[in-house]
Amino acid sequence: MNGAIADSLGGSDLLQIDNLGKRFGGFVALENISLSVAAGERLGLIGPNGSGKSTLVNCICGTLRNEQGTVHFDGRKLDGLEAHQRTRLGLARSFQLPRPFVSLSLFDNIRIPLLYTVSARGRLHTADEVEDRCMGLLREVGLEAKARRRPRDLTQVEMRKLELARAMAAEPKLLIADEAMAGLTHSEVEDILTLLVRLNEQGVTVILIEHIMRAVMSFSRRLVVLVSGKKIADGAPDVVVRDPEVERAYLGQ
Amino acid sequence: MIVRTPVFLIICLAVGAVVFGLSLEVGNDYVFFAGYVILQYVVLSTAWNILGGYCGYVNFGTAAFFALGAYSTVAIYKLIGDNDLPHIMPMPVLMLVGGVVSGIVGFGMGYLTLRLRGAFFSIATLALAVVLQTLVVNWDYVGGSRGAYVIRPEEMPFIGSYVRYLFLMMLLLAIAAIAIARLIEHSKLGYGFATIRDDELAAEALGVPTLRLKLIATTISGALMGMAGAPFPYYIGYLQPDSTFALDYAVNSIAMPLIGGTTSWVGPLIGAVLLGTLQQVATVTISSAVNLLIVGCLLVGFVIIAPNGIIGLVHTFLQRRDEDFVGRRRVDADAPGAVP
Repeated sequence: MNGAIADSLGGSDLLQIDNLGKRFGGFVALENISLSVAAGERLGLIGPNGSGKSTLVNCICGTLRNEQGTVHFDGRKLDGLEAHQRTRLGLARSFQLPRPFVSLSLFDNIRIPLLYTVSARGRLHTADEVEDRCMGLLREVGLEAKARRRPRDLTQVEMRKLELARAMAAEPKLLIADEAMAGLTHSEVEDILTLLVRLNEQGVTVILIEHIMRAVMSFSRRLVVLVSGKKIADGAPDVVVRDPEVERAYLGQ
Repeated sequence: MIVRTPVFLIICLAVGAVVFGLSLEVGNDYVFFAGYVILQYVVLSTAWNILGGYCGYVNFGTAAFFALGAYSTVAIYKLIGDNDLPHIMPMPVLMLVGGVVSGIVGFGMGYLTLRLRGAFFSIATLALAVVLQTLVVNWDYVGGSRGAYVIRPEEMPFIGSYVRYLFLMMLLLAIAAIAIARLIEHSKLGYGFATIRDDELAAEALGVPTLRLKLIATTISGALMGMAGAPFPYYIGYLQPDSTFALDYAVNSIAMPLIGGTTSWVGPLIGAVLLGTLQQVATVTISSAVNLLIVGCLLVGFVIIAPNGIIGLVHTFLQRRDEDFVGRRRVDADAPGAVP
């Protein structure tokens, strides 16, 4: 089903996951997950707590090693690559709980991916270029005025914006936003959504993992549902949410 | 705003010249004996801080690296078998050899242990010290448990007594160590180190090759510690495993940066000068046995009162004094279009 959608979008597959499996001891966290994401897509990934969403992200990004299956990104096999190597290939993520570098200013937080990822790709050579880019990104998320502050001075939503801006600074082809809106108010959710849509319009493929259904439904063009480590649905959002199996997983029998 | 490295080096050398000049003025070689130890701790704590303070990896094995440097000198001394060694192999060369040996071991240790975090890493470094000590104790060539005598030349041309020469060498090494630490701090490498200290997972996710950076840190840190150890046999005259692998080195090189402040090169310098001087004074006036007690008490005090060291105290004080003003001014100055 996913292949058909990728074809219908006319793009080639940016991310291709085949039969991915991950277990923690005896607990099967992910089982035979296959998923392909085309360039430019807006994919929503949902599932109840503990369904394996974050584990999937961690396996894609190299934070965890999958025992089974393969992950291809942009035509390259990712298995065996370290997380930072995957980032350099164009894969970026934000963390479920923001993980800012607490001893660095916001400016320097943003500078890290520029220094280590974008520079490694042979772009951005001078300090001025890096600085302009940092300030530009901070302006984009509205944190320009706090450039010299430390992350501890930020509010919850600002922290999330910093997290996203930092991931965006890596100039990814694919951004995985892991619950980037948890705990935010209605208007704050809109802020983050606007950011993600703008990013997508700039050509970045976005996978959004979210519990806030309103946000997922408005953002996603395609929805994937994970339950107990298995993919139970994949397709157009309005179809998927009416899928009886999905309803059962969310609402119980 | 930030002084460039060459300028900084010149300032350091000028300060070093003043220190050396003042020490000469005292006219008593004891100043050099005491000063040497303090400078040695400046190097050790600065080196420790590159891994411990910048990257957040607490190394309990300082003594091992220090001893490696010292025992490389002894090994060369035995190999050449001449008390004129410093003329054949000048001290800078010995220091370089000690640095290379310790640097290699630092790299190896890093490779084997850096996948461990927190207490596990620290215990592994402690184990390294124990293993190395056992090796040295059983290595007859360098004296084994009996220890090794190294005969110090009487005088050096131009400088006078040999201890003055050793003092001068250690002074130059201290300057080099501080300059390296400062250079790292303000470089891409230093920012990478800070991300490792703050959040290694996030660092990886943003493209920081954490393992490679940590290996660089253990290698530089180990090499500097080894360089500090290389002249030690000539300083002490009789090198013995028990004293070379002493707990003092590990404890001091952790306590000094913690007391001074670990986030900047200034911290270990302040801590080493302060604590080192205090220990030297205590050695003369009370007893050398009281040294570790002093360290212990100070450490407890600082952990409670100033967990970020003296640097942290000063920082908090300055911040409280003009928090809003500084915040606003700095941001304005960095805003695009602002007149610098």
